[in-house]
Amino acid sequence: MSTHTLSVLTENKPGVLARVAGLFSRRGFNIESLAVGPTENPEVSRMTIVVAVEDLPLEQVTKQLNKLVNVIKIVELDPQVSVQRELLLVKVRADATVRSQVLETVHLFRAKVVDVSPEALTVEATGTADKISALLRMLEPYGVRELVQSGMVAVGRGSKSITATSTRA
Amino acid sequence: MTSATSRPSSRAGHPPAAREARPGSRPKPAPPVGTPVRVTGAQSLVRSLEAVGVEVVFGIPGGTILPAYDPLLDSTKVRHVLVRHEQGAGHAATGYAQATGKVGVCMATSGPGATNLVTPLADANMDSVPVVAITGQQSRALIGTDAFQEADICGITMPITKHNFLVTDPADIPAAIAEAFHLASTGRPGPVLVDIPKDVLQELTSFTWPPEMRLPGYRPTLRPHGKQVREAARLMTSSRRPVLYVGGGVIKARASEELKQLAELTGIPVVTTLMARGAFPDSHGQHLGMPGMHGTVAAVAAMQRADLLVALGARFDDRVTGQLGSFAPDATIVHADIDPAEISKNRKADVPIVGDCREIINELIAAVRVEVEGAGEPELDAWWTQIEAWRDTYPAGYDWPTDGSLSPQYVIERIGELVGPDALYTAGVGQHQMWAAQFISYEKPGTWINSGGLGTMGFAVPAAMGAKFAFPDKQVWAIDGDGCFQMTNQELATCAIEGAPIKVAVINNGNLGMVRQWQNLFYSGRYSSTDLGTHAHRIPDFVLLAESMGCAGLRCDSKDDVDDIIKKAMDINDRPVVIDFVVGADAQVWPMVAAGTGNDEIMAARGIRPLFEDDEV
Repeated sequence: MSTHTLSVLTENKPGVLARVAGLFSRRGFNIESLAVGPTENPEVSRMTIVVAVEDLPLEQVTKQLNKLVNVIKIVELDPQVSVQRELLLVKVRADATVRSQVLETVHLFRAKVVDVSPEALTVEATGTADKISALLRMLEPYGVRELVQSGMVAVGRGSKSITATSTRA
Repeated sequence: MTSATSRPSSRAGHPPAAREARPGSRPKPAPPVGTPVRVTGAQSLVRSLEAVGVEVVFGIPGGTILPAYDPLLDSTKVRHVLVRHEQGAGHAATGYAQATGKVGVCMATSGPGATNLVTPLADANMDSVPVVAITGQQSRALIGTDAFQEADICGITMPITKHNFLVTDPADIPAAIAEAFHLASTGRPGPVLVDIPKDVLQELTSFTWPPEMRLPGYRPTLRPHGKQVREAARLMTSSRRPVLYVGGGVIKARASEELKQLAELTGIPVVTTLMARGAFPDSHGQHLGMPGMHGTVAAVAAMQRADLLVALGARFDDRVTGQLGSFAPDATIVHADIDPAEISKNRKADVPIVGDCREIINELIAAVRVEVEGAGEPELDAWWTQIEAWRDTYPAGYDWPTDGSLSPQYVIERIGELVGPDALYTAGVGQHQMWAAQFISYEKPGTWINSGGLGTMGFAVPAAMGAKFAFPDKQVWAIDGDGCFQMTNQELATCAIEGAPIKVAVINNGNLGMVRQWQNLFYSGRYSSTDLGTHAHRIPDFVLLAESMGCAGLRCDSKDDVDDIIKKAMDINDRPVVIDFVVGADAQVWPMVAAGTGNDEIMAARGIRPLFEDDEV
């Protein structure tokens, strides 16, 4: 199965997320990641949905999504020509004996320390899914105490944009 | 509830609208279009329903919808029919919509009233029927508190409606109603639910019509792509074994006339699915009948051996295709549908055409004419010779029960012949439904109304009631089974009191007949929980039951009486009629493609497999 990233513009109304999420489960698809937020137009929300399916079922799920009255537009983002980012907040055990090693890893990944306590560091990192998982692999030996990750957000490269009135991906 | 009963016209200083007329007073002209009027949310709702042209609403009042029923009492345009169960309201709205092509409307209170609409909404969703359901909801402050008769009906009906709305501001009511009717009736039709909290109905607001509709994500495609149409026309004139596979979308698009022209222009044989019975006249020589699990041998065989299937408003349902992998293996697929999600959903389309069926067929006619001018008439003689051989060898038919009991097929066939093609027929679900699809000749669209996709037992009586309100001057016959009839017959009381003299033919075989047939064929005749006792105990006695509800009750159990009883029922027009046709329990629906097998394994009758035995093509 291949992974696809869908950018879905919807009306910014209550219940739209439930309609979209419900459609995936109802038609037997698993959402790998989902991120929702406002756009430049306050009446429009944008969802970035990552789903692992073959091409033919993907076409079906896209068509079904398009049938939702609140869905305005769907664009599949090609990873080759789009910028894709996830956000990670991770609390790592880092007492005085290992703190400098942890900090070195954090710097190597161009991540940031956003909170410090005598026993632990909280690290913020953004990047592609690959980078985030590589960072986590490096931090795991020190002891990950808590971890929270956002869904992926993505935007096409170049000057063209996806808006409620025009499509360019 | 003073706000709901207050009369805003004097307060607002505008002339009262016609609907507020009291008996004896002359209706006064409505304010000019677009002028805001101060009204309650409930009055805004009723005015909106009037403005979209609603003639009849089927429903039951209750706590939260009560405010809406007050202005409804004064409406001179909208008639409310008080049903006995909300499921009946929903199916009646569906029957009305299927008969007219207009939007059917049902109304219910919150909680159980709304949840009782779930089955008819799912039914209308599967069969793409334009229905609008209006439900009361608990007041805004109580939503989410598990208040009395609270149910999240928008959440519950999300997967079984085309769309739904929770109206949280009374000012939004006109737009919500306008959008609901627009969504229900355009594109691929379907049910839309509008949920309105009680305090939204009670609050004062302003009413203007027409409201602004805001549906930025809703743009159904109506005009087909010219290139695809030309490619379809080329295939239709160059293929040797084509079939027009006609679905319910042709009826929804009111394209029967155009379909006939296209069929006659090309000479291509036509099959009509369960949802499309009546879209093409049964008496037409090019009509092969119904395809699918209980289709005619000619229709099923023609599709299996076709080199081209032109699907018009059909969706390659599993009951038509049988095992998908072996369905029409040699056919190129032209698939025309208004819903792009149907195209290539089950069977990959070689030529996809998205658009309204009437526009598509009209463009196909023009494109085929161009092809014929260039390349000549399609050569279909050999194909028709083959089809005629199937038709001659395996005509539609049935055997009389060996135990001397009445044949259910005969009863249904006689009803069709005596009542004729101008009447409307509804059916429940099961054997009687299949026989009604097989043995009644349908000549006109909208005369066959049944539950195809969801397969809702109990559909016949309330759907017939809805159809009768749409066409009071037409005969409306519900062909029902004794199992189905016991699910929704309480609406006969509605029919009797509200003046809907429908006819109900209960094909009473004493059993859940279709399930019994499967138990006979696939479970070694072990009849688990299918005997309803309607034969053994005559409980209920359908004649007495009918009479207790203000209907005429008749009974027939012998062949000699069938015609007389049908004629007698046709002569009673002052009240509904129920005929208890006591028929044999062992009659079976044939031909049959067993579930999960391929259509090549169609059995004309038990043990007879035409396509296996003489594979002519």
